[in-house]
Amino acid sequence: MIDRLLEGVPRRGLALLAVLLAALLAAPWMANDYLLTVLIIILYFAYTGQAWNVMMGFAGQLSLGHAIYVGLGGYAAAALYVHFGVGPWIGLAAAIAIAMLCGAIIGFLAFRFGVGGVYFAILTIAFAEFARIGFDHFRWVGGSSGFFLPVANYSRNDLWSLRGSPTMFYYVMLALTVAAFVLCHVLLKSRVGYYWQAIREDEVAARSLGINTFRYKLYAVVISAGMTSIAGVFFAFYYNNLFPEQVFHIGRSIEMILGPIIGGVGTLFGPIIGAFLLTGLSEAMQNILAALGFDIPGAKQAFFGVCLFLVVMLLPDGVWPWLARKLGLTGRKS
Amino acid sequence: MAAEIYLNVAVSGVLTGLVYGLMALGLSVIFGVVRVVNFAHGEMTTIAMYVAVVLFSALGLDPLVMMVPIAGVLFAFGYAMQAGLINPFINRPEHSQFILLVAVAIIIVNVLLIVFGPDARNVQTSYAYDSFLIGPLIVDATKVYAGAATVLVAAALFAFFRFTLIGKAIRACADNYTGALVVGLDVKHLYALTFGLGAACVGAAGAMLALLVDVTPALGPAYTLLAFIIVITGGLGSMPGALLGGILIGLTEAMAGLFFTPSAKSMFSFGLLVLVLLFRPQGILGKRLS
Repeated sequence: MIDRLLEGVPRRGLALLAVLLAALLAAPWMANDYLLTVLIIILYFAYTGQAWNVMMGFAGQLSLGHAIYVGLGGYAAAALYVHFGVGPWIGLAAAIAIAMLCGAIIGFLAFRFGVGGVYFAILTIAFAEFARIGFDHFRWVGGSSGFFLPVANYSRNDLWSLRGSPTMFYYVMLALTVAAFVLCHVLLKSRVGYYWQAIREDEVAARSLGINTFRYKLYAVVISAGMTSIAGVFFAFYYNNLFPEQVFHIGRSIEMILGPIIGGVGTLFGPIIGAFLLTGLSEAMQNILAALGFDIPGAKQAFFGVCLFLVVMLLPDGVWPWLARKLGLTGRKS
Repeated sequence: MAAEIYLNVAVSGVLTGLVYGLMALGLSVIFGVVRVVNFAHGEMTTIAMYVAVVLFSALGLDPLVMMVPIAGVLFAFGYAMQAGLINPFINRPEHSQFILLVAVAIIIVNVLLIVFGPDARNVQTSYAYDSFLIGPLIVDATKVYAGAATVLVAAALFAFFRFTLIGKAIRACADNYTGALVVGLDVKHLYALTFGLGAACVGAAGAMLALLVDVTPALGPAYTLLAFIIVITGGLGSMPGALLGGILIGLTEAMAGLFFTPSAKSMFSFGLLVLVLLFRPQGILGKRLS
């Protein structure tokens, strides 16, 4: 099993991966509270980016509405916790089930009717926006005035009910990110993964080879949706509040996919590199502008837009393929 | 009595929808020819709206009169954007173009935020509260002017594409890119022209929208979505479809606001969009994609 996992991975890449993992594991001892918060955000985006990448990077289906799975997951687990006292780990199962069902519905409708490309992307936006406005009027979970969980007790770490200090949340998020990374690696090397890549490269050719493209595209959406909803549960229990305007907003969907696109669509490291770059850049901008006393709303985001622009102009395939070449890691996978 | 209220709301919805339709027409023209989805469409609309607001508050110029120069400004903006930014991206994958335009959109929203601040601004014309009485109907004068202007601009655009040589050349590019290159058309220039024309529609629509709604930088993303809904409902790439989609969406939102709550109104347009995508993915007036 382990041998199969490591097959075809350059040794140098493995060493770098080990160093990165060790650094991340040790980070809470070295980082202050602020840095830890930033690291949690980075891991959150690395994880959601990885989940989105399954759909877009592996199977070539562009989703611009992934916030819907985060929102459904978060709301499902939070509602079970607040209204029925069901713990987050059981709520997680419900969240995954609901998000997968939603993904299956969207995928089924779209692929059955031959909706693809730009049209599919806009369909995903439409579903997310529909959910946003729907939850705005969903009184049972607070409607537009928000849904709140009892605030975490920071003095004691209770992993079972996911209440505790940021350090605990950090390790939970790190575990999720590592698990997603391994899962994606396994998926890419599996039969399903090769089918996905065939569909991504040329759907008609894939179908003519006998691949049931409808079924495998549906698998991609459902797996991606389920993975994303786990991030939603984490979001709900980490921030203790959910607002439809926040979690379902198209801005969230876009934030989520910028990382993997900047990092490199379809690569395993892309989402991680992208999350570090984007979140790091955005936080650094915030601090630099604050230090300069340049406190104009919008300045940070405008600069952010310019950076995005430069990356897409200069590194069309994303940062990771370029970085991998520089590090001498262009083995069989990139 | 009740029937008159519905009729009034419906007429107002249709007129507002026409202006939305003009904005969406720009998106449709651009996609139909350049095959790029302009994710910065609503943000460009807000630029036009701010130009109209500034011209009005600084110089007292009426947005309805300034519609043509504003369209000109946006034309230049659109031409430059296509020629400088998007043309090199024509053969890039969709997600790459998407990021480019999202970056442009983010920059526009936040530069507007830096320059104008987050507060809403509006245009108070002398005729803002005038209305026409047509039988039992009471129609906002501003909306009537805006609706009429929309029809004029759209008619001019139709005529341009139908009867002029450049219009024909642009349609040739849309029909067959390689063919257009082979017969010696300057495709890059024509693409830039098309993007400029699409942006000019946005300029005209933005000038009128400045009369109808309060302007904030945050309107941009909402209008981008609105334009998407309209063109997909009407048929991406179809010009009459964009106007029809605009009318339908305007009507749907007005009616939903009346029967349910105004805050839920866009849910109905998204619902309409989902239905159209599922049962007629090419849009109501769109052609079947091969």
